[in-house]
Amino acid sequence: MLNLQGYGPSILQGTLLTIELCLAALGISMILGITGALAKLSNYRPLNMAATAYTTVIRGIPDLVLMLLIFFGGQVLINQLGPMVGYEEYIDINPFIAGVSTIGFIFGAYMTETFRGAILAVPNGQLEAGYSYGMTRFKVFSRILLPQMVRHAIPGFGNNWLVLMKTTALVSIIGLNDMVRMAALAAGATRRPFTFYLVIAINYLILTSISILILNWLNKKYSAGIIKD
Amino acid sequence: MDFSIIFDNIGIYFEGLKNTLMLVSISLFVGLIFAVPLAVLRTSKNLFISGPIWVYVYCFRGTPLLVQMFIIYYGMGQFELMKSSFLWIFFKEAYFCALFAFTLNTCAYTIEIIRGAIENTPHGEVEAAKAAGMSSLLRFRRIILPSAFRRALPTYSNEIIFMLHGSSLASVITIIDITGAARIVNSRYYSPYEAFLTAAVFYMSITFIIVWLLKKLEVRWFAHLRRE
Repeated sequence: MLNLQGYGPSILQGTLLTIELCLAALGISMILGITGALAKLSNYRPLNMAATAYTTVIRGIPDLVLMLLIFFGGQVLINQLGPMVGYEEYIDINPFIAGVSTIGFIFGAYMTETFRGAILAVPNGQLEAGYSYGMTRFKVFSRILLPQMVRHAIPGFGNNWLVLMKTTALVSIIGLNDMVRMAALAAGATRRPFTFYLVIAINYLILTSISILILNWLNKKYSAGIIKD
Repeated sequence: MDFSIIFDNIGIYFEGLKNTLMLVSISLFVGLIFAVPLAVLRTSKNLFISGPIWVYVYCFRGTPLLVQMFIIYYGMGQFELMKSSFLWIFFKEAYFCALFAFTLNTCAYTIEIIRGAIENTPHGEVEAAKAAGMSSLLRFRRIILPSAFRRALPTYSNEIIFMLHGSSLASVITIIDITGAARIVNSRYYSPYEAFLTAAVFYMSITFIIVWLLKKLEVRWFAHLRRE
């Protein structure tokens, strides 16, 4: 049943693109997440409100709608801005960049919540002890806060990563050649949609399973020396 | 930006709203009905009972909803046996396929949520029930499930929101839900901002209403834990 009729390599190419997309989006979402978390915990009100608005709005809108908004809307916006700065040609948005930035932007909001919780889980006395040693804010962050918050962040981070991976399937809708779209093309040509979508489902299951194994290992590693109750 | 387009086409959005609400509520309801007994069976120590449920949950939680929907909507037509059977009346309809995929998906997630809640039941509660001489059926009905539902509510609220957002995928297989309405308006007028921002406002309003309702439910269900 799993005769791929020569479409194996193209599916594999799509799989590689999916993985690239996942990792790139993860990078963006982590940067946005840590920034957002620090903004949410800061005492400066405008920063605080901006971060809260960001997480509330993102969590209220479906990924697909945001992606279509950024992809189609961004296209219009860039082509309106282009002539203003003297660029006359029609600009096409690269779907890879649209996909990565949208997914990164969405999961930045989820990461913000995760990291915020993890930062709050580090006892305040530890940070105060750092300050009383005369450490700068950055040193307290990098030496005391960061190493300890990792342990609290891993479960939430793992969840976000698993959801993020599945969300990347949406980029096939905006025309990116990820594995779902490759499967759709192959299915159309061979009239065997079930076979090809099943292969993609198995691919996702493999990616998920590997991720779970790595996350469990990380969790174990960072919980070393912590007694479970 | 010109929002008069939206006012002229607001009817499509309300049509979409109706479809979105129907898809989400039916799939959540049916999913929950099946999830409760399956979650109870999933906690069984007999591997032949809990094993298959574990596989089902693992597969549906490990793959994207979009792919599941494609397998059901496009994939079923590959089999002649399916096409000649009476089931084809259902499976050739996009609406049914979306509903079917959503239900299977949310059921898997809900099983996992309820299972977690059941396994976190404090030992004392179960022991007290045993000491009072309750049979295992009675124990489930009176002690374990009510307390598990309470613990599951916050996580299940998230699942409801996820399902609402996930339902936007129905637009990919030609169903006119809120996102589908926005795509129609966008392709007719080439005005992505107006079209998709309106959809976003619709979704956000539904999300906030659901969150508000669930908060009220939580207050009610956790009334015994409130401190006066």
